[in-house]
Amino acid sequence: MPTVRVYVTLKPSLLDSAGRTVAGALQKLGYQELEQARIGKLIELQLSEVDDARVKEMCDRLLANPVIEDYRYEVLQ
Amino acid sequence: MKVAVIRFPGSNCDQDAFHSINDDLHLKAEYVWHEDTSLGGFDAVFIPGGFSYGDYLRCGAMASCAPIMNEVARFVKEGRPVIGVCNGFQVLCEAGLLPGALLLNEAQKFVCKDVFLMPINRTSFWTQGVDHALRIPIAHGEGRYVCDTETLERLKDGNKIAFRYVNQEGQATPEANPNGSVDNIAGVLNEQGNVLGVMPHPERATRAICGSTDGLQILQSLARIGVLA
Repeated sequence: MPTVRVYVTLKPSLLDSAGRTVAGALQKLGYQELEQARIGKLIELQLSEVDDARVKEMCDRLLANPVIEDYRYEVLQ
Repeated sequence: MKVAVIRFPGSNCDQDAFHSINDDLHLKAEYVWHEDTSLGGFDAVFIPGGFSYGDYLRCGAMASCAPIMNEVARFVKEGRPVIGVCNGFQVLCEAGLLPGALLLNEAQKFVCKDVFLMPINRTSFWTQGVDHALRIPIAHGEGRYVCDTETLERLKDGNKIAFRYVNQEGQATPEANPNGSVDNIAGVLNEQGNVLGVMPHPERATRAICGSTDGLQILQSLARIGVLA
């Protein structure tokens, strides 16, 4: 059964306050090379068949909010 | 005149809304379950705060797909009054009935305190009764209002910003902004002006024992419905 992995990320123009805090923690742990951390979501969908138009529709209608988020997905067979 | 207070699993300000309308405004509110499919007999809708569906995926995202929301959308289209408070504001944004979105507070913290609100639009159904700055509590972790530049300009030009966070002197300073909202925005109206979304809780400021009765300035708009009809 094919799996679709959807990656949802906050638009680059928006402040990711949780990501900023995580970056601060990594820097405190000694990773001074770290410039930025941003947190997103990974959603795995198991589908009986993959229809690109329908996957896009699922992302646009619910999985991502186009006002604040971008998404991309990959199909794993 | 009857107000529908929509209940989702995880709503937790539904009783505050119900009692402020019934007991303090002496109007009529009834609960409507999220799986219901009709708003027949109702004249206004109140979408209360809380953590609908446990805030899964995004705050308000699951609730925006609930069966009752088709009916809320129809209600909005007909120009009838709808208010969404806190999580209710998030639900209305997720449903595309209000512009913009609400993100995690800039300081990452849940903020629970009284804030001062300056009414910006004073002509809509919800805001025409507001004649001074209001002191009303906020209680949210995800209240940072964001929208793109184009939308912000449209909100400003169209006079659709309902409220801004201000300090006690009425100035919209960065210090008065509790969550990092763009332009200190605490509430917005839709294009038609019949839908209001606000992060602060007017239903928690409707009697002296709450510490403020300023919430009545917004909610008393409901009393005009009978007069209009």
